[in-house]
Amino acid sequence: MYKLLLSGRYLRTRFIALASIVSVMLGVATMIVVNSVMAGFSGEMKVRLHGILADMMVESVSSDGFDDSESVIQAINQVAGDHIEAITPVIEVYGMMSFDWPGGTITQPVTLVGIDPQGKDMVSAIRQYMMSRQEIREDGRLVRAPLRQLDAPFDWELTDEAMQHRREWLQWERIRARAEQHQGAVMYPEPSVEGESLGGGDPFANATNPFDDDPLAVDDEQPDEQIADTRDPDAPLSARVFIGVGLISYPYVESETGKTRTMMMLEPGEDVRFTTVTTGTPDAARFAATVADVFKSGMSEYDSTLVFCNLEELQLARKMLSPLDEKDWRNGSVTSLQIKLKDYDDAGIVAQKLLASLPAGEFQVRTWEQKQGPLLQAVEVEAAILNVLLFLIIAVAGFGILAIFYMIVVEKTRDIGILKALGASSGGVMSIFLAYGLGLGVVGSGVGVGLGLLFVKYINEIEDGVSWLTGRKVFDETIYYFHEIPTSVHPAMVVWVAIGAMAIAVLASVLPARRASQLDPVQALRYE
Amino acid sequence: MAAATMTADDSQVTSRTVPIAKQPAPTHVAAVAIDKAYRKGDMKVPVLRGVDLCVSHGEFLAIVGQSGCGKSTLLHLLGLLDGPDVGEVRLKGKRIDDLPTSTRDELRNRVFGFVFQFYHLLPELTLLENVMTPMMIRHSAWEFWKRRTEFKEQAEEIVRKVGLEHRRRHKPSELSGGEMQRAAIARSLVGKPQILLADEPTGNLDASTGGEIMDVLARLNADEGLTIIMVTHDDRLAHEASRIVRLSEGRIQRLEDAA
Ligand SMILES: Nc1ncnc2c1ncn2[C@@H]1O[C@H](COP(=O)(O)OP(=O)(O)OP(=O)(O)O)[C@@H](O)[C@H]1O
Ligand SMILES: [Mg+2]
Repeated sequence: MYKLLLSGRYLRTRFIALASIVSVMLGVATMIVVNSVMAGFSGEMKVRLHGILADMMVESVSSDGFDDSESVIQAINQVAGDHIEAITPVIEVYGMMSFDWPGGTITQPVTLVGIDPQGKDMVSAIRQYMMSRQEIREDGRLVRAPLRQLDAPFDWELTDEAMQHRREWLQWERIRARAEQHQGAVMYPEPSVEGESLGGGDPFANATNPFDDDPLAVDDEQPDEQIADTRDPDAPLSARVFIGVGLISYPYVESETGKTRTMMMLEPGEDVRFTTVTTGTPDAARFAATVADVFKSGMSEYDSTLVFCNLEELQLARKMLSPLDEKDWRNGSVTSLQIKLKDYDDAGIVAQKLLASLPAGEFQVRTWEQKQGPLLQAVEVEAAILNVLLFLIIAVAGFGILAIFYMIVVEKTRDIGILKALGASSGGVMSIFLAYGLGLGVVGSGVGVGLGLLFVKYINEIEDGVSWLTGRKVFDETIYYFHEIPTSVHPAMVVWVAIGAMAIAVLASVLPARRASQLDPVQALRYE
Repeated sequence: MAAATMTADDSQVTSRTVPIAKQPAPTHVAAVAIDKAYRKGDMKVPVLRGVDLCVSHGEFLAIVGQSGCGKSTLLHLLGLLDGPDVGEVRLKGKRIDDLPTSTRDELRNRVFGFVFQFYHLLPELTLLENVMTPMMIRHSAWEFWKRRTEFKEQAEEIVRKVGLEHRRRHKPSELSGGEMQRAAIARSLVGKPQILLADEPTGNLDASTGGEIMDVLARLNADEGLTIIMVTHDDRLAHEASRIVRLSEGRIQRLEDAA
């Protein structure tokens, strides 16, 4: 009893101990805030990674893919159909994308993903990342309302705005082409109207275009011109793409306001050109496509590499269709299947079942987490390192406690002697100081947890305040793609941080407590 | 526990021995051929050299001697605060200085009551809490909590006895020397000890306050048959005791009966 009473009294009367409480408190609060924000970010990141990919991927080992996709799907449904909600075929090929931009042609490496929109929509939450379905905000103000409802059908249709833009853009391109013609620089036939994968209404056919030397593009399709004339000359190409926003935009700092803005180099409705790299049997293919939409997942890894394209157009371009003229993906081969599971927790079982039943050595079965393993691991390692560093803050607080306690033990030498003279055991004296340390830890981490949670709760308000004070945006939407700072508080994390802080406080008090318990009462009583 | 049984049978013994102070009573606590030296680096400073001392039940013994002759040291040895280099300390004929630490802690708490030369109250606690410390040490937190009203009443009664009821809630720093000394006596008595070891209980007090303290001690000895060993260098106060021994050159020099 005296232990509790005394440690309580020491806690109340030694104001120097408040210093160590404050340091424990700040350490705990910092850890909670940083961990919550990190968890928020990585959670958000995972949602986005997952949103673009699917629960599980069955990938062909060869880049030629496999042509019996339907039977593979059937086989998969047979072994693991109970767990599977949807399956969609995709082709993944690497390639280069280029488009014109004042000052030259911009060429970038891309990953072309051929998808079937309906199928893809069923396996991943991709539609929410389409910019036509998002509102655009700048500095908290609404700049543009969504052009489409979020639940509008997910297909390759252009929005009215994109069509309008396309008309204006084509007009401009034609004028440009004509101007170049008059300069006599290059002589080319009049623009054709429609074409297969290349040519026709494609203005690049007229401009200085690396594809122009393609015999397929212009010459072969001359006869079609007359037929095509009856159609809308501004109609988009049959090959359509969803382009990652990072591929067609760049951030810049507005000179008068100092704010970071995004400059779009391309709008939906314009055309871009692709060349796929040569891998496997299909030759490198070239084709042009109309940008149907732009997606912005917030993962720069995706936003600056991925281009989604019609599955069958990609198959056609790569000559993966078996009757070349029938544009249905079922006729051609695909490189992988994306699967949505009913319950993601079953992923392990499903993977095992699939590996066992699919022909060995031809397929690779991975979950999205495995596919993104290095990135997720990097984030985890980063979080772990940060936690170690932050925990050192609390350890520093622990050394503070140690020093202060040593001081208090010296100051209390006489009292310790008295207690021992009155019959207190060494263990009892020791536990006064251990309880004192625990008390510091409990109070420090308690207040720290409260403070940290409050900070996390009002982090956006705090950010606004800090931005207002410093006149500089602390958390820039254009860089992070978040309107608000994402946070996620894991109760287990909070509990562990609090326990860790208390353990450190107790550990730090062990040494002084041992010293106190070993004091010789006679010596202590002589101490004045 | 050994100490617990001692408390029990001793209360009977004391009640029987109270009225007959002059008759030879059984030895209560004894020092047998005790040597004690303090070490100062390589040098050994002998303080006690073969001290023999027997204190009977219900006796009021005064130890006098020059400053620095080892009176406090002897009292600490008798109260098990320290161990002798040579010799034994006996309680009712049984050697107690070589008992395990935990048993000695318990004996200190239950059998001995200490009044220190410099009061030695705990500054963070109120007077009443200070008085209750031996009870808090004796009982577990849970036990103490259950019986707190009982202990509180016990402590308040003793505080009343030493005339400090109006100072119950004061911290030691708000008390006068005499009040602190009386509080220290109250603390030493709250656990109902069998032997009171008082180290110059009036050392820092004026004559009249010192007299009051002596009256309290004499009354305790007379009414409750408490065995008291008191250290003092004031011969006049020593004469209140039933027996006086003089410590000099590390030995008990002279025995004299109180006037
Ligand atoms: N821890 C110690 N280390 C070294 N010497 C000590 C120690 N404690 C006591 N002494 C010495 O032992 C001798 C006896 O000390 P003690 O305190 O018993 O004297 P005392 O008789 O109580 O004196 P006083 O009347 O002044 O209280 C003194 O000379 C003192 O210097
Ligand atoms: Mg002394």
